Amino acid sequence: MSLNADPIPTAPRRASPVLSRLACTVVQPILSRVVRRIAERHPSLFARLGPHQTTDFLIDPIELPFALHLRPDPEALVFRAVPRADAPPAGATIRGKFLLLLELVDSEEDGDAAFFSRDLDVSGDTEAVVRLRNALDDVDGSIAEETAEMFGPPGRAILARLRKTYTNDNEGHPAR
Amino acid sequence: MSLAELICPAGTPAALRTAVDAGADAVYCGFQDATNARNFPGLNFTPDEMQAAVAYAHAKGTNVLLALNTYPPAGQVDLWRQAADAGARFGVDAFIVADMGVADYIARTHPQVRLHLSVQAAASSPEAIRYYCENFGVKRVVLPRILTIPEIRQIRTEIPCEIETFIFGNHGLMVEGRCSLTNYLTGQSTNMDGVCSPASDVQYQRHENGSMSSQLAGFTIDCFGAEEKAGYPTICKGRYTAPHRKEGYYAFEEPVSLNLSRLLPELIDAGVHAFKIEGRQRSKSYVRGVVTAFRKAVDDIRAGRPADMADLVALTEGQKQTQGAFETKKWR
Amino acid sequence: MTKLTLGPIAYHWSAERRRDFYARIADEAPVDEVYLGEVICSKRAPFHEADLPATIERLERAGKTVILSSLAEVMLRRERKATEDLAAMDSPEIEINNAAGLYARGKRAHRIGPFMNAYNEATIAWTAGQGATHVCLPGELPAQSIAVAAQAARGLGLGVEVQVFGRASLAVSARCYHARAHGRTKDNCQFVCEEDDDGMPLRTTDDRPILRVNGIQTQSESYVDLLPEIGQLAQHGVTHLRLMPQDVDMVAVAELFRAVADKNQALDEAEARMRQLCGDVPFSNGFYHGTAGYRRIASAAAG
Repeated sequence: MSLNADPIPTAPRRASPVLSRLACTVVQPILSRVVRRIAERHPSLFARLGPHQTTDFLIDPIELPFALHLRPDPEALVFRAVPRADAPPAGATIRGKFLLLLELVDSEEDGDAAFFSRDLDVSGDTEAVVRLRNALDDVDGSIAEETAEMFGPPGRAILARLRKTYTNDNEGHPAR
Repeated sequence: MSLAELICPAGTPAALRTAVDAGADAVYCGFQDATNARNFPGLNFTPDEMQAAVAYAHAKGTNVLLALNTYPPAGQVDLWRQAADAGARFGVDAFIVADMGVADYIARTHPQVRLHLSVQAAASSPEAIRYYCENFGVKRVVLPRILTIPEIRQIRTEIPCEIETFIFGNHGLMVEGRCSLTNYLTGQSTNMDGVCSPASDVQYQRHENGSMSSQLAGFTIDCFGAEEKAGYPTICKGRYTAPHRKEGYYAFEEPVSLNLSRLLPELIDAGVHAFKIEGRQRSKSYVRGVVTAFRKAVDDIRAGRPADMADLVALTEGQKQTQGAFETKKWR
Repeated sequence: MTKLTLGPIAYHWSAERRRDFYARIADEAPVDEVYLGEVICSKRAPFHEADLPATIERLERAGKTVILSSLAEVMLRRERKATEDLAAMDSPEIEINNAAGLYARGKRAHRIGPFMNAYNEATIAWTAGQGATHVCLPGELPAQSIAVAAQAARGLGLGVEVQVFGRASLAVSARCYHARAHGRTKDNCQFVCEEDDDGMPLRTTDDRPILRVNGIQTQSESYVDLLPEIGQLAQHGVTHLRLMPQDVDMVAVAELFRAVADKNQALDEAEARMRQLCGDVPFSNGFYHGTAGYRRIASAAAG
């Protein structure tokens, strides 16, 4: 199965349960740090989420061995990596390639355009997704850059490499 | 105000700063309530944000147009009056209005602020436009997207105000301000609540074969094949069957966007004063891309150079574009 | 006493059918006022304009007040001319549906039509100051706003009208959807809309009835039926109840509304009869109750 040949992210990559859990354990401390930092620096984000601060979002980067569970509750922030098999029931699910998701967070890419081109798949509570999108879109600067900065030169290197890979994967893509 | 002004959407403070920085001559925006026609979840400005936005825009020489372009239902007019009062206090450069009661209030209470007639007022003839100019002192009309360029040219000779036309973005099919389709299915009104296909009533469903259907309040609006581009889940862009059309067809319009980039010189020549870019519900990325491209195009045209438009198709709905009625009345 | 009115025919009924229809309305229907004229498509007007004087005379002879309604959309030269000509008339009364008509009419007496978007007391007060004598409220206005609007209008001496029967007008467009369904354009429509006396039905792709197409107009699939609500409407201060002509026995429909308004017939009996008259067409009152327009809300405090 080639992901590149299929622009529609229908089938997330299957990873072995053991590998999934291991990957989750490795990335979890990073995720916790990232989300705390973003919440501290961009408190206005929560106001735009309105009633969906307590909604469970499942962010599903199709080529990664795990999904991300986000509950943007300022009182009890959750952002954790979960094996797909153990994913909680989500109020809303957003599925797409990892770097597309990252670019959406950063407003490098337009969410509606990604949706029109079917590169982005949304299910569940559509209003929750729209609110999250609008809340993130009101953040100035780049969350991805900020995150990379937190990890110094290695962080920046990883981000640069990700972007390069994604650009190569998507040559000739109409949305690029 | 100079000729060929670029009027750009701002759904959030960050989008407003993006539009200003990308070269907008003016931005239009609204409060977080029913007083404007993009009353969408997580979008728009608190009073504090509006005040700061006006300061930011003015510091860079950009005008701010406040959209108060919905119709207050009886008993709730005060919300619109308060929004106008706040806008005047913050120093917005114009109000964009549709309702006669709101226009009358602003004309009497804040006569120093310009009034623009929203597309929601559906003024599509010189007489209708003159009605608003003569009674409320309207300085500019935003024309409905249903007129051909020769028709616009003719209107220009018969009205005492500036003309603003849409040049890019969502392509509304129904006469704006006269559409209750969303309210019929969802109970939320475009005219009174400022919503169109509210996200809370939208459901997307994926099917085994890779197709995806969109529903509004439980009514199937469209179903896209695995390889098909998608559109907004609005009733006027849906696929239906009719007695003569047993296969589903786009009864009103296909999911296409308006893109008049190639017609800009003709529009200027026809007397259009300002170009409006639709999309307050879109992201900063869209705003940056579209405003930058049109800024360059307008500057090229002003300098007498041929305009080289970046390809904006990727940002369009259904990734298809049209020149709609502007190009030919056969569109009707 | 609450008056019953018959709204303008929205469809492209043939001249013959219109003549028969209004003859019967004149002779049999307990309606007080009748609106005539083409509101939807300027191309249709020539088909029945010639009969207008005779129809007006016939209805007035039967004791009905006649009002001429103007086009909802005014863009083309012929539409501007039609609106101007209508606005120049001294009698009968006119109902204006587009700001072009307001401009042409100036401060001379007129009625504000349902397409004029008189949603609130501020707009109603403005129009009253410009010579409006009567206002038909937008079809999507909920009960609580109808009450406020009606009170304001009455205070200014205006008649207040609400549609209580027939398909709701949901949208108008510059494009003709009847022509489009048949692969034609508006300029080359060949009047294909004449085939659908009650609008062309649209169904969702999973076969659920949803809307009706009438030329440039989009209507509700359901008939608005506010028979159970007309008592409340009278209490709100609504003076006129509008019945929109549909492809059903409109005389019988008018009789039911008259009988219920006058408390000469029990509501449930009248509703059962209404159901018989309208066949399979769903009824709705959602707009009135502030919910999705297509819905039918059981009224707790009817009458």
